[in-house]
Amino acid sequence: MSKYVLRFTALGYLAALLVVPVGMVFYRAFEKGFANAWEAVTTPPAQHAFYLTCVITLIAVPLNAIFGVVTAWVLARYDFRGKRVFDVLIDLPFAVSPVIVGLALILVWGRDGWFHMTNVIFSTPGMILATIFISLPFVVREVLPVLEEEGTDQEEAGSTLGARGWQVFWRITLPTIRWGLTYGIILATARSIGEFGAVAVVSGKISGRTETMTVFVEDRFQSLDLTGAYAAGVVLALLGITVLTLMTLLQRRHQRI
Amino acid sequence: MAIEARNITKRFGDYVALDDVTVTVPDGSLTALLGPSGSGKSTLLRVIAGLETPDSGTVLIEGDDVTTRPARTRGVGMVFQHYAAFKHMTVAKNVAFGLDVRKRPKAETKAKVAELLDLVGLAHLGERYPSQLSGGQRQRMALARALAVEPRVLLLDEPFGALDARVREELRRWLRRLHDDVHVTTIFVTHDQEEAMEISEQIVVVNEGRIEQSATPGEIYDHPATPFVMSFVGPVTRVEGEMVRPHDVQVLTEPGEASQQAVVTRIWWLGFEVRVELLPAEGELMVAQMSRAEADTLELTEGQIVHVRVDPTRARREPASA
Repeated sequence: MSKYVLRFTALGYLAALLVVPVGMVFYRAFEKGFANAWEAVTTPPAQHAFYLTCVITLIAVPLNAIFGVVTAWVLARYDFRGKRVFDVLIDLPFAVSPVIVGLALILVWGRDGWFHMTNVIFSTPGMILATIFISLPFVVREVLPVLEEEGTDQEEAGSTLGARGWQVFWRITLPTIRWGLTYGIILATARSIGEFGAVAVVSGKISGRTETMTVFVEDRFQSLDLTGAYAAGVVLALLGITVLTLMTLLQRRHQRI
Repeated sequence: MAIEARNITKRFGDYVALDDVTVTVPDGSLTALLGPSGSGKSTLLRVIAGLETPDSGTVLIEGDDVTTRPARTRGVGMVFQHYAAFKHMTVAKNVAFGLDVRKRPKAETKAKVAELLDLVGLAHLGERYPSQLSGGQRQRMALARALAVEPRVLLLDEPFGALDARVREELRRWLRRLHDDVHVTTIFVTHDQEEAMEISEQIVVVNEGRIEQSATPGEIYDHPATPFVMSFVGPVTRVEGEMVRPHDVQVLTEPGEASQQAVVTRIWWLGFEVRVELLPAEGELMVAQMSRAEADTLELTEGQIVHVRVDPTRARREPASA
């Protein structure tokens, strides 16, 4: 009996807190018909927001993938003073509120900031910086444990067999971390697409210019264009679900191998 | 000499792993680096391989000074305790690795891989992945992979350390036979004296970062250079303060020349071998080792009074420095 109670509680919790709100977004978006929803997400500002989200993600995620692998490598293979501090710093984006991150970027890059430049704050570069900051830990956190677990045996074997440093990396290290790297990239992508706080702060929320999908949703909501807000919400939710599905499928494949 | 390591010193922080170590390995031989864990034997092997840089000293392979050369140009084949299999590659791809990175012609690589897989008895498993092999098979694959690049020397770091006892024994005999066929100069690291005795032509006993003795297995056993070697390469018991091998302790039912009285305190019947614990009238407990037949002739029982002495005909085995 108690097992049914537990099951019911867990599923009820999930349903009430996850399924119902997301379901409501879908319901509300299509309440006035599919055509209305389609129109709302194909206006020029909506298309631009979609485009901007893609551009930001396509720049931030590869940079974090490269940087993440290098960082994980350094943390796994070398001992140096301050390594622990460095390790903790990686998690800073998890700990600090995105809004604070946005404000910090304005302080650094804004009009009175240390590295003041035009075209950073209230513009795409600033939003990319904010997204990089927010999605930075994922690749490192997925790759580092794999590198630590595998140790250096395979790499050393490779070098005694005549492989140069880059050959060892491409032929041994990269294939070894490929699943960790894939998950890291997927998680970073999901986070980049969904980021709101930091991006909103540095974007200036200029419709048709510095609005990403998430900022666009808020903008529509504030303008009382509920269909627009929910329809854009559906697009975001679908992107998120796609990413999750991809990850689940990959995990299954990984377990089979 | 195929390999010479001269005056090698290696420190890790304050810890001295190797302290002015000199080792020479004759061409075509199979040499064991024998020592307890933490003795520095693996570090020495890694210095020869080029995986560790010594703080001082030189490494020569076939007369070339390779001290500052990276591992990949030293012409060494290395086998690791935990196989270091490339998990994402098939067995055949693993073996081909060294040839692939050298961009050898495909046909040549394929023929070489087939030949080596055949040599190590894995010809039918080339398309498997390492995770589908047993430990012993993985280690044979690692050996084939190391041999594929035709190394000048083969370095084996506790190659059987991760295997269970039966596979260990099988594989070391196989390795000995393989070495007789292939004749590549080989150094292998082990902490197992029996393993070292059984397959090597030369044993280098390492302890606390220093070489204790370097000699043939028989020499090491019969004429250990130091008390450490004496106690490390075989069982030891003390008779009147002197270290002797338990099989050199003679048990007599009647008093004999230079014998002393002792009480049999325990008997272990271990199949062919029988071990007898004895307490002499004066002195500490000692252990005698004999065959089942000898024990049966003596009709030993626990509590019996016997006479013991060190076999007067035994070869001199006292530690030279003691």
